[in-house]
Amino acid sequence: MLQQAWHERTDDRFAVEAVDLVKDFGETRAVDGVTLAVPPGSIYGLLGPNGAGKTTTLRMLIGIIDPSSGTRRVLGRERPLEAAPEVGYLPEERGLYPAMYAREAIAFMGALRGLPIAEGRRRADELLDEHDLGDWARKPIRSLSKGMAQTVQLLGTIIHRPRLIVLDEPFAGLDAINQGRLEELIRREARAGATIIFSTHVIAHAERLCEQVAIIANGSVAFDGRVDEARARLRPIVRLRTRASDGPWRSAIPDSARREGDEYVFELPEGGPEPLLKALIDGGAGIETLAIERPGLHDAFVAIAGSAAAKAMGQEKAQ
Amino acid sequence: MIRFIRSAFVIARRDFGATVLSKAFIFFLLGPLFPLLLGGVFGGIGARVATQAQRPVIAVISSPQQFATISAAREHLADAIGDEAAIRFMRFDPEPNAEAQEKQLLASRNPPIQAVLTGWFGEFHLAGDVREGDPTDRQLRLILKNAETGQLPPPPVQVQSTKIVSPGSLLKDRALTAQIGQMLLFFLTILLSGMLLSQLIEEKSNKIIEVIAAAVPIDALFVGKLFAMLAASVVGIVVWVSAGALLIQLVKHGGVSTLPPPAVGWPGFLALAVVYFAMNYLLLGAAFLTIGAQAATVREVQTMSMPITFGQVLIFGFASTVIGSPDSPSALAAAIFPLSSPMAMLARAAQEPQWWPHVVAILWQALWVALILRIGSQLFRKTVLKSGPRTRWWRRNGRAAKPA
Repeated sequence: MLQQAWHERTDDRFAVEAVDLVKDFGETRAVDGVTLAVPPGSIYGLLGPNGAGKTTTLRMLIGIIDPSSGTRRVLGRERPLEAAPEVGYLPEERGLYPAMYAREAIAFMGALRGLPIAEGRRRADELLDEHDLGDWARKPIRSLSKGMAQTVQLLGTIIHRPRLIVLDEPFAGLDAINQGRLEELIRREARAGATIIFSTHVIAHAERLCEQVAIIANGSVAFDGRVDEARARLRPIVRLRTRASDGPWRSAIPDSARREGDEYVFELPEGGPEPLLKALIDGGAGIETLAIERPGLHDAFVAIAGSAAAKAMGQEKAQ
Repeated sequence: MIRFIRSAFVIARRDFGATVLSKAFIFFLLGPLFPLLLGGVFGGIGARVATQAQRPVIAVISSPQQFATISAAREHLADAIGDEAAIRFMRFDPEPNAEAQEKQLLASRNPPIQAVLTGWFGEFHLAGDVREGDPTDRQLRLILKNAETGQLPPPPVQVQSTKIVSPGSLLKDRALTAQIGQMLLFFLTILLSGMLLSQLIEEKSNKIIEVIAAAVPIDALFVGKLFAMLAASVVGIVVWVSAGALLIQLVKHGGVSTLPPPAVGWPGFLALAVVYFAMNYLLLGAAFLTIGAQAATVREVQTMSMPITFGQVLIFGFASTVIGSPDSPSALAAAIFPLSSPMAMLARAAQEPQWWPHVVAILWQALWVALILRIGSQLFRKTVLKSGPRTRWWRRNGRAAKPA
């Protein structure tokens, strides 16, 4: 009965679906009822501070670990490992055999996903050349720099041209140049039709790349939807500087407004910008500058996940 | 199933290549040379010590004529029992003070004198480190008796060489074959399967375990690793056996045919030896892989090694109960207990001619290999990957605490 109900609720509209996933490690509940749906061909971000449950959620989604309860469906299959040949996965903790040649490591990762080893080697050579690592193809991993080894592992993740690519904190440990390359690679794979899911605690990456995000805090999904939907949860922010210090125009400023230097900062009132402008002009404010800013994903994150989670993200970013 | 086999093959190919194509494998192949070299070195030292340490002799105070008679009797005995086993004599001329001469000779270190023989036929006197009835005393009595009574030529005996295979001697011979076969199986397995204890440490320390676990079933990982190491071990054994066979051929003609024949015949026995080695390796290897997979560090693996080696020795001891009495209750128990079954059944093959118990045993052992691997992979998922719902029934209904 339950099985039938599950089938009724799922279809091919989503590359990945999870319903009420729970994972307990002993007495600790790491993931508490995560439900999400990832449309095919989208770039989907799992956003949250370390310890929020992102990695555990991803591990459950791709079948490394089984959930304590709940169901998941990956590329139409209820057992994620059955979809393994069509999935690429880059774990948070990178790992390769140090003695293996770079091209062999990439071909091996492809072979694990069902790609014939000879074809894997051929593609590995091509990909390494594309990424300026052709000279390192026949050198052991241990002789590569950390950034090179990460690139090799990433190439191993996509060598078999998967339909679903799952990346756990892919930007961690990369310098700015390699982060830019990785962003481009993610966009390219998405353009080629792959679905990308990646976790990050850096909001800027999610903001630049993702069409859809799930904000995870304390093991559960606080928000799941498009980035603009997340932003739309907040009203635009008004930054106002006036020549007059007081006057009738002050009644147009909400009580919740705060002062940042000479500026008033407050949410745009319900009526929108026109009534506000009229009230300011009519009240003799003498507008020096007035800016209406669209809230960023960071502001949305603070509003959704709470300032503590945002502070944790900020600290991680600083580190 | 095809995907499972393909996944296991990918793992096995990587592990086999990484093992056999590494520099360390050359040391592995040379491994048996080290005990041989040690044996050679210590054997040489022992031989040198033995040469340097002169063997004790019996000093004979007598005339040259009497000594010649005694020496001739000694040579006859040496012909029968070997020169090394026969006591040695050294003649000394009698001196006026016989008592002082005896004391002086017994104190001699070059050559070391065990005892001093004085007197003439009929009233000999022996003094020194000899007790009545000990081998030296008995040999001496025989030699002196022969010397006294004179040498008779041996009676003519026509010798016809025929291999007599009595039931008693056959059983004894086959027990020896069983013992040798079992010992070889035990030592090869104990030497080779121990490597499996640390097989998953590399993946865990490299963090590549997560990449593999996301791509293939853990069962396939275990099967791949097990068969890769079996294949690498077989490569080693083929090299060793080939080198050994060549050496035996060079040194001695006849080879294994000089060993007592097993009950199932040599071809069958050798075929069973190969199969039982594989099964023994797979069974113990699967157990080691399962245990080793729980270890997080090399140190933990090393700590586990000693009790596991003792466990293997116990299993070997249990399996050896088959030798001499293959149908005894303990022998049957050893044949049924999965971890001792291959060794017990190989010993049985040397002693009993029936084939059907081997077919049953091999199927039984294969079943246990699969079972141990299954348990091992499940345990790995549960304890290392921390996967799946909790199984502790007393907490199943408990509400899990939410982290702060």
